[in-house]
Amino acid sequence: MIDGTVVDLSRIQFASTVLYHFLFVPLTLGLSFLLAAMETVYVTTGKPIYKEMAQFWGKLFMINFALGVATGLTMEFQFGTNWSFYSSFVGDIFGAPLAIEGLMAFFMESTFVGLMIFGWERLSKGQHLAVTWLVALASNLSALWILVANSFMQDPKGAVFDPTTLRMQLSSFQQLIFSPDAQSKFVHTSIAGYVTAAVFVAGISAFYMLKKRHMELAKRSFRMAALYGVMATIGVITLGDALGFVAAQAQPTKLAAMEGLWKSEPAPMSFNLIAFPDQAKQENAGAVRIPYLLSLLVTHSIDGTVAGVNTLEQEATRKIENGIPAVQALRTLSKDPKDAAALAQFNAHEKDLGYGFLVQRYAPDLNNVTPAQVQQAARDTIPPVAWVFWSFRAMVGFGLLMLAFFVLAVLYTLRNKVQDKRWFLIAAVWMIPVPFLANECGWLVAELGRQPWTVFGVLPTWMSASTHSVGYMVFSLIGFVGLYSIFIAVEMVLMVRAIRQGPEAHHGGGDARPRPRPALAPRPVPAAAHDTNLEG
Amino acid sequence: MEIYAILQVIWWLLLGVLLIGLAVMVGMDMGVGAILRYVGRTDLERRVALNIIGPHWDGNQVWFILGGGAIFAAFPLIYATAFSGFYVVMLLLLWTMIMRPLGFEYRSKIANPVWRNVWDWVFLVSGAVPMIVFGAAFGNLFHGVPFHFEWNLTSFYTGSFLGLLNPFAIMSGVLALALAAMMGALTVMNGAEGAMYQRARGLVQVAAIVAIVLFAVGGAWVHMLPGYHIVSGPGAGVPQTPLQQVVAMVPGAWQANFAARPILWLVPLLGFAGMLGALLAARARRSHLGWWLGALAWIGVIGTAGVSLFPFMLPSSSDPSVSLTVWNSSSSELTLLWMLGFALVFVPLILWYTSWAFWVMRGKVSAEKIAEDEHAY
Repeated sequence: MIDGTVVDLSRIQFASTVLYHFLFVPLTLGLSFLLAAMETVYVTTGKPIYKEMAQFWGKLFMINFALGVATGLTMEFQFGTNWSFYSSFVGDIFGAPLAIEGLMAFFMESTFVGLMIFGWERLSKGQHLAVTWLVALASNLSALWILVANSFMQDPKGAVFDPTTLRMQLSSFQQLIFSPDAQSKFVHTSIAGYVTAAVFVAGISAFYMLKKRHMELAKRSFRMAALYGVMATIGVITLGDALGFVAAQAQPTKLAAMEGLWKSEPAPMSFNLIAFPDQAKQENAGAVRIPYLLSLLVTHSIDGTVAGVNTLEQEATRKIENGIPAVQALRTLSKDPKDAAALAQFNAHEKDLGYGFLVQRYAPDLNNVTPAQVQQAARDTIPPVAWVFWSFRAMVGFGLLMLAFFVLAVLYTLRNKVQDKRWFLIAAVWMIPVPFLANECGWLVAELGRQPWTVFGVLPTWMSASTHSVGYMVFSLIGFVGLYSIFIAVEMVLMVRAIRQGPEAHHGGGDARPRPRPALAPRPVPAAAHDTNLEG
Repeated sequence: MEIYAILQVIWWLLLGVLLIGLAVMVGMDMGVGAILRYVGRTDLERRVALNIIGPHWDGNQVWFILGGGAIFAAFPLIYATAFSGFYVVMLLLLWTMIMRPLGFEYRSKIANPVWRNVWDWVFLVSGAVPMIVFGAAFGNLFHGVPFHFEWNLTSFYTGSFLGLLNPFAIMSGVLALALAAMMGALTVMNGAEGAMYQRARGLVQVAAIVAIVLFAVGGAWVHMLPGYHIVSGPGAGVPQTPLQQVVAMVPGAWQANFAARPILWLVPLLGFAGMLGALLAARARRSHLGWWLGALAWIGVIGTAGVSLFPFMLPSSSDPSVSLTVWNSSSSELTLLWMLGFALVFVPLILWYTSWAFWVMRGKVSAEKIAEDEHAY
């Protein structure tokens, strides 16, 4: 048995490191496309201002990118270091998209980002533009594979449990990557990145307009960001709606938590605009409700219903009772994979294996499981409602706020009036943190809403963690907190400095290597010739 | 069943390729970081060294990510057991490694000498420590690591942090560092001129000699360590867990593969030849040739470890029978097959565009240009 404190500390560590990582990633996703767009305008029109824009925003991109890469390393380690049972239990499926991400996307992104920064003088205009587009494309491909992996945790498609190897195994690669959750989540999350970048660029451009500095660059950047932002915000809201629809089918407990829906009710269901969920009493202490709206939102029809917590707990109870014999059979199969009776018992109850694991937390040997223990495990299947409910509302609220902001931004910038609307420019600067907060809330909805599972319905969180001591976990948590605090401080200092400094007046910087392109000898100078030049 | 066994071996080999890629490409960058304070005496010299690898370190680092990803996807039980068992060491590796990207991006953005000096120390630490840990992890495989499994394959590591720092492991760590420093110095020779070039040239030779000595000592030492031998088990290409085999510790068992197929002695020989070749190439001022010979040395060293251990990948010293092998810790046939398809398409593509990136940025780095340029590292 794993110590519950260790599991909690492992969760805190994972959540805090991934939330931190997720501060930087969306900006990379969105800004890379904006850089590519700016450079495309430069190459097609030949106006140097767009090159200046691409280089200036490219500098900020790199400051952000470095931390994204650095903190991404942590994530790759952490499945193995802190979630080792999870890793061996579903690694057959979950590892594949992560490895493919490296092969297909991250390698490309990282190789070409070097050329994007250092290659201005060494590449032709067209080549450099291609490199920038490849960076943008690769960073988004990278998000695709990570979200395919994440979607497996939400809705495990394309996998079956193999009683011989005691783990989940891939049964269909196509089902894994084309799962509805993966599809809508990829689009929702990457577009959220575009919104983030749009707000970032608009906010900093507004800052310059307020200070009457770099006006040309700021106005053009603002306009591009506003147009990009308004489209992206509409997209993110649309796909968010699709994702809610998917969750209603795949993860009813998450949906019930998002909506604070304790009791099933007949259609048309009312929507809790504001509510104060009380997990212990399983009710809302006060709520502002809008009739009809919930049915419309989550089922896209007036007479659709979704299950409330009470119904879901009853279902969980049945599944837990059915899952217990599956775990017991598995124990026998672990010693002798050929035991026919155990195999038959396992096959009969396999569907609810995960729910059997869930009650093991309270009855490790499963010999005399009491109804109270089953009840306790069934209660566990409901995620922390208040957290999910409020994170969801905060995310949606921020999203609507950004939509309003971008609609105004587009109106003002297309009439070329934005530089005169001082209040709006100030508001734009204050908008900068909003998309970052919205992203973090989105992560909380998705991953807290998934609890108590690491893989929904298959593997409980409590058994997924590595069997470390509390001391080890305290040590690593302190290390991460210390290191990451220094990182964010350094990053903010450099980011603010770079913004204050603004774009440089001179053009064409970026290449530290002055060697001219060898027009006559398009092959590398042989090593020998190279080295002899240096004799002396 | 036949196909599954072949896929398992292919993935063992591919993992070797990725680890060699990691050692060569990341090792080179970490080597430059580790020797930065020595080859570069002034701020400008250090910037030259950093800008030699500047356009490439990020791409190179992905070899590390890919190595981790491939272990996860192809040998999930190894990934899970090793990463959690080596917890403190892994954190040490991670915490030092994640400072490196920031070092590149942030060091030269502020002109303050104290700021830059701190980052130069960061480069030393984030170059040397990961390479030592990388080597030491390999060294520990020969000893075995104390872990066992519960009935459902929950793994328990029963050793201490200090247990991982045994003499053989430390020696392996220093060997890895020496090879990295050698490759780093060769890289500096490729891109720098004048005094830096001379210092790097001297360093290649010292590092190569250290590596040759340690590799030889390590070989002799392994002779005296007890190896692992599978007494019985389900065998290759059969879906299984590590709970179904019997493993014994047998003196000299790490030589068994060499005894069975003497041609394998070419692998360690390749290692020695590469190190010696790199040394001679540096003396002859042919650093590009030396770099390739250094890469050959890595192939020889990692290949030797792999060949000695095969089919073991992570032996358990406290419960030898649950030792992890190529046969009992790999992914399923379907996963290995899909992953192989992706690898066959994308690894050549990666090699192609990586070469192109190096070709675009080839040549010497100019100090004057760096001094003028705000974008340079």
